[in-house]
Amino acid sequence: MNPEFIYSAFPEIFLAVAGMLLLLFGVFQGERMPHVVSYIGFVILLIGAVLVMQLGNITLPAVNFLHIKAECYGCDTFNHMFVRDAFARFSKLIILSGAALSLALSWPYLEYENLEKPEYPVLVIFATVGMMLMVSATDMLSLYVGLELQSLALYVLAAYRRDDAKSSEAGLKYFVLGALSSGLILYGISLIYGFAGTTNFQALAKLAFTHTVYEPGCKTACLTNALMPVQAPYFGAIIGMVFICAALAFKISAAPFHMWTPDVYEGSPTPVTAFFAAAPKFAAFALLARVLMIPFGGLMHQWVQIIVFISVASMLIGAFGGLVQSNIKRLMAYSSIANVGYALAGLAVGGAEGIQAMLIYFAIYFLNVLGVFGVILCMRRNDEPAERIDDLTGLAKTHPMLALCMVIFMFSLAGVPPLAGFFGKYFVFLAAVKAGLLPLALIGVLTSVVAAAYYLRIIKLMYFDDPKAAIDPIERRSPRAVLTFAALVMVLFVLYPAPLIDSALVAAKSITGG
Amino acid sequence: MPFPFLSIITFLPLIGALAILFFVRGDEEKTGKISGQVALWTSLITFVISLGIFKYFDPADTGFQLVEKYIWIPSFNIMYQKGIDGISLWFVLISTLLTPICVLSGIGGVHKRVKEFMIALLVLETMMVGMFTALDFVLFYLFFEGVLIPMFLIIGVWGGAGRIYASYKFFLYTFLGSVFMLIAIFAMVIHVGTTDMTAMMGGKFPKEMALWLWLAFFASFAVKTPMWPFHTWLPFAHVEAPTAGSVILAGVLLKMGGYGFIRISIQMLPEASAHFAPLIFGLSLVAIIYTSLVALMQTDMKKLIAYSSVAHMGFVTLGLFAMNTQGVDGAMIVMISHAFVSGALFLCVGVVYDRLHSRDIARYGGMAINMPKYAFVFMFFTLASIGLPGLSGFVGEFLSMQGAYLVNSWLAFVAGIGVILGAAYMLWLYRRLFYGPLEKADVKAMPDLNAREYAMFVPLIVLTVWLGVHPATFRDMFAPTVEKMIADYHQATGSR
Repeated sequence: MNPEFIYSAFPEIFLAVAGMLLLLFGVFQGERMPHVVSYIGFVILLIGAVLVMQLGNITLPAVNFLHIKAECYGCDTFNHMFVRDAFARFSKLIILSGAALSLALSWPYLEYENLEKPEYPVLVIFATVGMMLMVSATDMLSLYVGLELQSLALYVLAAYRRDDAKSSEAGLKYFVLGALSSGLILYGISLIYGFAGTTNFQALAKLAFTHTVYEPGCKTACLTNALMPVQAPYFGAIIGMVFICAALAFKISAAPFHMWTPDVYEGSPTPVTAFFAAAPKFAAFALLARVLMIPFGGLMHQWVQIIVFISVASMLIGAFGGLVQSNIKRLMAYSSIANVGYALAGLAVGGAEGIQAMLIYFAIYFLNVLGVFGVILCMRRNDEPAERIDDLTGLAKTHPMLALCMVIFMFSLAGVPPLAGFFGKYFVFLAAVKAGLLPLALIGVLTSVVAAAYYLRIIKLMYFDDPKAAIDPIERRSPRAVLTFAALVMVLFVLYPAPLIDSALVAAKSITGG
Repeated sequence: MPFPFLSIITFLPLIGALAILFFVRGDEEKTGKISGQVALWTSLITFVISLGIFKYFDPADTGFQLVEKYIWIPSFNIMYQKGIDGISLWFVLISTLLTPICVLSGIGGVHKRVKEFMIALLVLETMMVGMFTALDFVLFYLFFEGVLIPMFLIIGVWGGAGRIYASYKFFLYTFLGSVFMLIAIFAMVIHVGTTDMTAMMGGKFPKEMALWLWLAFFASFAVKTPMWPFHTWLPFAHVEAPTAGSVILAGVLLKMGGYGFIRISIQMLPEASAHFAPLIFGLSLVAIIYTSLVALMQTDMKKLIAYSSVAHMGFVTLGLFAMNTQGVDGAMIVMISHAFVSGALFLCVGVVYDRLHSRDIARYGGMAINMPKYAFVFMFFTLASIGLPGLSGFVGEFLSMQGAYLVNSWLAFVAGIGVILGAAYMLWLYRRLFYGPLEKADVKAMPDLNAREYAMFVPLIVLTVWLGVHPATFRDMFAPTVEKMIADYHQATGSR
């Protein structure tokens, strides 16, 4: 067998093997020292990120060791099922850092809630491997395998606090609806296979799903009744694509497939929610982008309508639904629905610019949202997690630095410059206006004003109101480190935004061919 | 590399804010005192440095000067580009002048979380100066919107009883206006292919598109200026904001709208400006008459001055869109004068508010007896606001009405009625506050102005007289730029 597959998929292989070893270690030693398992898991994820980064460099010693030809760099392996291009690399870096940071956020929570078990980091690692497989998939089958590997781990994580009714409900709800969406995607894949005879992305892209139909050459005042050949897409293929879109819209929690999001966000343990909001959502997003751009690139006129619709619906539901929430995790669920709507606007534009805008948007959003969950995880009262929005009241008096970070995150989510969140919106809506999707951009900016109202509400509670009941002092460092890091990035991004913007462009071009 | 003069003025206050944030620690009282001092000195040094503009700036040159240009986001052709011309110069100086005065007002008037207050003021100064010196659209929008963050906190944290409603209204109203501007910026950037603002001047956009763009910018600037009927956020924001917030709001933030009209609506979209000028005239006249009448009916001092601000900004827009030398010069001088006078009037309200914690006009009376110095200062700025010849208000209103007269005599006639109404409400306010019997015990017990308050008022008094007696000092700096702007405008619209 050609050893190049080891090279191409080395980070995934490493993570899978390391995850299994960690599981073994956890089985034998985990009960005694669960936190060590978690620390090792964190390190494994970081090493994975370094490997992903390093594999872009041809100069890596491993290249010469395996005698890999330079032109094979980035090519697809496993019989055209797996690709390692710039897009996959960019996505994997976000996924791995999201997973690692959310794992770091989980330590004090799990310790306080007596949930420290070795399974937790192992499940996170397996879910991460699934996500990495998803974003590298260039075949419907590898796509499905990755999606399921991710989903199964996530179902367990959602129900991780099994003594808690809400957590069990979240797990069950996520599982039932997730299984439904898996069914949808399989049905879609089978339809596509039926029409195309292949499941490979590149092969599907060449087919373009069109066939020749004969239509009257002229519509009015015709002299002849001659029929003209017209290229029209296969109707069945479109249905298959719609099924796949719907299933992935469920995974990214885009309206109208968003119903599960608030319940799962609220019920899952908070670090799991942070993980959900950062990594899997982006993985599904990247997958959706690749599926729409490569195999269904020829059907762009068809899918743009779908994406525009779910984008607008998500923006509206996310913005208005969040106004009436009292639980901060539910609020963040609606906020994430709205943000998915904005990122989808970039996808609706398509092309290198649209995908670039989408990637920039998500790269900023995932860190922003992790920071918010870091603040939520710091909020404890009487040894209980404080998750109602009212619990933030007067935080600026009791914990000024925590409140300052939260203000930064909230203004950034609202898209107020000079914070990083503004740049996410800037590029998305710039791309939308450029592509002529002016109504989409208008709805986007208007809903961001509506959504600003609930972000402002949090600031109001923290800064304008007097504290009612004190929040416990923060004892653990890890959430604080994560949220400080995130806040610094949000503030300092404005100074040197070029690296992210440029690498997002390279990543986008690798799937749009621009 | 040229000396980064404008960047220094812009970011020096931010450095001061960071210093306060990270290095000032200790108990509440001590940190308050130290951070007040740091903020005062930072803003004073910034002001002194900003005076260096006079040394480096050549008024005869109508282009942008002291330009700094660095690549910021290369793939999108976005630059960090700064520069000033004769118009923006004055707004920069107003911002750097008013900030130390606001800090002084805050040192005595703010009693809780002084440290955060000073940080917010300094960040606000960075945003204001940055906005007036930005020559790149992304940078411009960044600072234009960035102002909302500190201002929202200043109103919401240190404001009066209705501060929450006021801060929400302020934020959401101006945010809503700005997002339309953002979309218009996208359209312009895509059309021109760069975010460089200097590349967009002189009517480069097809008429059909320009009309839409103009309306989108109008949504933002009309809210910010504010023009009737988009002014409803202003009375609330002014009334609830602490004194320093009101001063900045009246002195600088309102000018952002006027500056935006000049820089973008007139210079970039001249044809559309000509097309919509009647709309502006109509709204300005309504603002002048209607808000003056509303001001007559107010029982709250700050609300009265807030409505008078809307009326004064009516003169600004009237003069600007008259697009002749007198009108634009008048608009510029009204803006400069309004910054001094209106800012000072809010400081005057702050003086008694600090003592009695009431803005209710009926609560006071007869203060001329026990506070003669305060009564003099208040009278001085009242007369300046009314437009007494020899003080700053007169020059601007006279010129902008003259400019309007050249367009249509009825415009000047109606605006003239506004001047009379302005005298009515201001003098009546003065009568109710300072004359009559001195009956209330706590009013009687109020001490007169102290040294800190003198330090706030004296510079403003000097400038108000200066601008009133010798407006040429100010006009000479912006006149060539304005002339060039008017010539460009008429060339682009084909008029004259």
